[in-house]
Amino acid sequence: MDMTETHQCVLAAVADGLPFSPSPYADIGRQVGVDEETVIAMLSDMLESGTIKRLGLVARHRELGYRANAMVVWDVADELVDAVGQRMGAVDFVTLCYRRTRRPPDWPYNLFSMIHGRDRATVLAQVDELTRLPGLTDVPRSVLFSSRRFKQRGARYARPPVPA
Amino acid sequence: MNAESNLDAADRALINHLQGGFPIVEEPFAEVAKHLDMDEEEVTRRLSDLLARGVLTRFGPMYHAERLGGGLTLAAMKVPDDDFDAVAEAVNAQPEVAHNYARDHAFNMWFVIATETPERIAGVIAEIETATGLTVHDMPKRREFFVGLRFEA
Repeated sequence: MDMTETHQCVLAAVADGLPFSPSPYADIGRQVGVDEETVIAMLSDMLESGTIKRLGLVARHRELGYRANAMVVWDVADELVDAVGQRMGAVDFVTLCYRRTRRPPDWPYNLFSMIHGRDRATVLAQVDELTRLPGLTDVPRSVLFSSRRFKQRGARYARPPVPA
Repeated sequence: MNAESNLDAADRALINHLQGGFPIVEEPFAEVAKHLDMDEEEVTRRLSDLLARGVLTRFGPMYHAERLGGGLTLAAMKVPDDDFDAVAEAVNAQPEVAHNYARDHAFNMWFVIATETPERIAGVIAEIETATGLTVHDMPKRREFFVGLRFEA
């Protein structure tokens, strides 16, 4: 999908949130100078192309009672990491899963998975469960619980983002 | 205050439903209301209230930063305990730092940097290093396997 200037204006108009009105897309249209139908079509395009991952709400996990937030990191052989990552990403209690660049010697880990649980014991039992997945049994790993959150907001853009 | 204990069944139903997405149709709140057997005014009132109470951080789009031409990375620092609060303040002062968490490890500060351009990531890292005198370890994403990030309320 090509991002036009109008796509960018629509995106900028919804960046801080959708208006709580009966027809929010018509309101955004009025702000940007296009009709409701165009706003709906453009947002649908951006959702389909993956420019917007999701439209909806983002909850603070701690406020929902998920007090144990663990980043579980693994040092998986480069030739296996993609297959192992896919397996891990399919596990229902894994909330995020990425392959990242290692920073040796201090940081040998290349596979990152997040588990958000109600308490640490539950999360540690889930980590144990992950170690039983093929390719993860004897892999060096570390579990980093978060102790404090200093900041949490969505990524925002000061001005309409420039297309790639 | 424990916000969790103040969520009623209707709040939970709304959060669970809308984490899956918001309809892109002419009257989306009416559609959500119908699905949850509430009236439209109740849906918007509850959403405003949940945002005001900080249970929700936002109601709108989650972007794919890279597809928008932006930069996104995860970075970590080893911060001496005594300096921790001052360093956290310096890092959070950067508008491009989106999240910042303390974690139990030698690498004890972890934050996400989201920038308008990929090139700007290095600039933000350099500014944080100058402000704190500490090394920032950049751990960019190589591949994404799962990004559901949904929480049953």
